[in-house]
Amino acid sequence: MSLLNTMPEFTVTTKVDEMLNWTRKSSLWYMLFGLACCAIEMMQTGGPRADLDRFGAVPRATPRQSDLMIVAGTLTLKMALRTKVLYDQMPDPKYVISMGSCSNCGGLFQLAYSVCDGVDKVIPVDVYVPGCPPRPESLTEGLLKLQEKMMQEKWLVRRGEEERIAAEA
Amino acid sequence: MDAPALHQRLKERFGEAIGVLESGMDRAIRVQPAAIVDVCRFLKTEPDLAFDCLSNQSGVDYPARNEIEVVYHLFSYRLRHACVLKVGVSRDDPALASVAPVWRTAIWQEREIFDLLGVVFAGHPDLRRILLPEDWVGHPLRKDFVEPTEYHGISTKRESML
Repeated sequence: MSLLNTMPEFTVTTKVDEMLNWTRKSSLWYMLFGLACCAIEMMQTGGPRADLDRFGAVPRATPRQSDLMIVAGTLTLKMALRTKVLYDQMPDPKYVISMGSCSNCGGLFQLAYSVCDGVDKVIPVDVYVPGCPPRPESLTEGLLKLQEKMMQEKWLVRRGEEERIAAEA
Repeated sequence: MDAPALHQRLKERFGEAIGVLESGMDRAIRVQPAAIVDVCRFLKTEPDLAFDCLSNQSGVDYPARNEIEVVYHLFSYRLRHACVLKVGVSRDDPALASVAPVWRTAIWQEREIFDLLGVVFAGHPDLRRILLPEDWVGHPLRKDFVEPTEYHGISTKRESML
């Protein structure tokens, strides 16, 4: 029996952008980037109870295969430079979730001489998840927020194109 | 062996190189910087002392005394007794002989003291920074350390949102 014969006889119509975004948001592979105690909660989020896999998010051990970087934990200045390198190694399009107070703003260690006050000083951040550390529910919420954000993206229209069309009309 | 007896024992062996016995919870024995390696080797090899473990080595900055103090916490697993040694070095030119030939664990601990306080340990096999980046300027556990405003273009101050 060929595969074609198993297809149901109906048609789905959608926009290309939505189709692309839907496929992309449904396989959001995140890079393992545990820096401190937040990493423990990130492991819980990936584990069977919170189960990030059901949203298509699975951990990868290399930046080359990742779409998402979850910065989980205190970012030292020494690590900040390496974080930038790892971010640069990720293929586009790429996203960053800043998990917990430390990577949001330096948190408890903000005044320490060796701590980078927020990962957004080094790389752009899409979603900030507050908490110290955030519960698995919070991180899952952060991921869902990121998926919402991804669904808004437009891939067929170039940047500035919409404004140009509007100006011509 | 308790601290006063140990102090007496070291005093008999090394004389002037051994300073006072401090009061307090951990009764530290003050040692002259020049004698530290000999004292440590003696404490390790003497059969009735047998301090086989350097359980901690750390540094403290005292700007008022213009002194950096290196503290040695020793323990003997065989005889189940402990002792504390303290050595003061000048803040302007902090140099001290390394005890890494006596206890190899000192390699790590002396690297940390060098990293954070800038004490240079003579005879250390691999004296470089252990925690901070190689290109870091200054020694941050010194009380007069001033935090730089930026590191590789990353500013170290965060603007208040309020």
